[in-house]
Amino acid sequence: MKKRFSIIEIIKKFYLFIVLLFLYMPIITMVVLSFNSSKSRAKWGGFSFAWYKAMIEDRYIMGALYNTLLIALISSIAATIIGLIASIGIYNLKKIPKSIFMSVTNIPMVNADIVTGISLMMFFVAFGISLGFNTILLSHITFSIPYVILAILPKFRDMKQNIVDAALDLGATPVQAFFKVVIPEIMPGIVSGFLIAFTMSLDDFIITYFTKGAGMHTISTLVYSQTKRGINPSMYALSSVIFGSVLLILVISNFVSRAKEEV
Amino acid sequence: MKNKKLKLFTIPYAAWMLFFVIIPIFIIGYYGVTDSNGNFTLANIFSITQYEHYKSLFLAIYLAIICTVICLLIAYPLALILRKLDPKLSGTLIFIFLLPMWMNMLLRTLAWQILLERKGVINALLTMAHLPTLNIINTNAAVVLGMVYDFLPFMVMPVFNSLSKIDDSVIDAASDLGAKYHTVLFRIIIPLSIPGIVSGITMVFIPALTTFVISNILGGGRILLIGGLIEQEFMHASNWNLGSGLSIFLILFVFVFIAISMFFDDEEELA
Repeated sequence: MKKRFSIIEIIKKFYLFIVLLFLYMPIITMVVLSFNSSKSRAKWGGFSFAWYKAMIEDRYIMGALYNTLLIALISSIAATIIGLIASIGIYNLKKIPKSIFMSVTNIPMVNADIVTGISLMMFFVAFGISLGFNTILLSHITFSIPYVILAILPKFRDMKQNIVDAALDLGATPVQAFFKVVIPEIMPGIVSGFLIAFTMSLDDFIITYFTKGAGMHTISTLVYSQTKRGINPSMYALSSVIFGSVLLILVISNFVSRAKEEV
Repeated sequence: MKNKKLKLFTIPYAAWMLFFVIIPIFIIGYYGVTDSNGNFTLANIFSITQYEHYKSLFLAIYLAIICTVICLLIAYPLALILRKLDPKLSGTLIFIFLLPMWMNMLLRTLAWQILLERKGVINALLTMAHLPTLNIINTNAAVVLGMVYDFLPFMVMPVFNSLSKIDDSVIDAASDLGAKYHTVLFRIIIPLSIPGIVSGITMVFIPALTTFVISNILGGGRILLIGGLIEQEFMHASNWNLGSGLSIFLILFVFVFIAISMFFDDEEELA
């Protein structure tokens, strides 16, 4: 099989290349336009950092960026804590209550975002909670917890019961055993749950859109409001910065996890 | 870690889910079967029989099916090719293929608007090359393109995962026993990857069916899907009762899909 260089190999490479082109064309366009000094999208007016400068000076963009990052950080920490406590409980349930819990956990993950969004919006209004920063935060925690649980729960299953018993036999209190033995064992699950929650929150538009109320913006809702009125080219600069940071974070975390595997 | 008292740790989570997931869904149900004065009515649900409403539902189903099929047709060969590469290289490649997914969805959809516009980037390049221009912005084709772009990674991931779990010796055994490549593909590889295909279909179909963002940005307000209709009722018309009545159909769709994927999950465990 391996020796057949033939046309098939070329077709395969070409196919990979076409799909990659499709995936990266919009991103490359954004990056190129972010350096374009002309405001037109179809003309190249020369290289410039003007839109990056305009982005940093734009109060709305910076405000939305601040909200986005703060909501992502608080909601992912809260979701990780609630999800961790829930996972301990769910792990100790019997089969039938456990499957009920897991079905409920699945609801926000499989439900359409628009349904989750409108249901939360009506819930907040019905209970007289005014829409704003706090309601976005509560909504983001809600849709993030299930992902945290799904990341942590398997780690409990894989953990050996013996090591906890050993710690207890050797005189550790249950609290000590939990923090010194259990937590280090399930740490990979906690970290990946936190990261999923964080990126889900950063990326969310639909649920934020319904629960944000007037006058409040995250990056996603700001972009959406601009698509109707014409786009400020600073948005291209912002996209490029976001893409660059995501790329950097993922490449670093990839290297770190590979280095660990090799050790 | 096994201790009966630890069951109590589920209480905060149970309370959270009750308040923020279960009660809100009941609120949709309540609004869906009442009118603006709070009297019982089925008019909101039966409003789906109005032409404008069922048209947007059927259009959404139609476009979501096309999008799902295209995603599967792109993702499956891709996953097959990646599976054959040596693990280090395929790990890097799958990383490159999934990378665009981490960029904000709104920005990615916006980028397609810029590319496809009448005087956009693609047409500028085509004009420069003296080729006829492409006018698909504000059509169904543009919406499907945006859907495929945004949701393709949701298909690639599960399909690639289920394909890379297949034991090579099974495939080798079939080939040694004289099976041709297409026989191996249709009788071994595809049947073994059904769970991945099913979860990929669910992960693409539901967001494609319910989107209003892509159809608003790339359809230019001319293409109204069921999600867009519900969004209008909530954010512009402020008719929550009608919006809730229509979203009940989306909830039903989601239930059907959960049932289907649970069925396939069980089979996987038996195997």
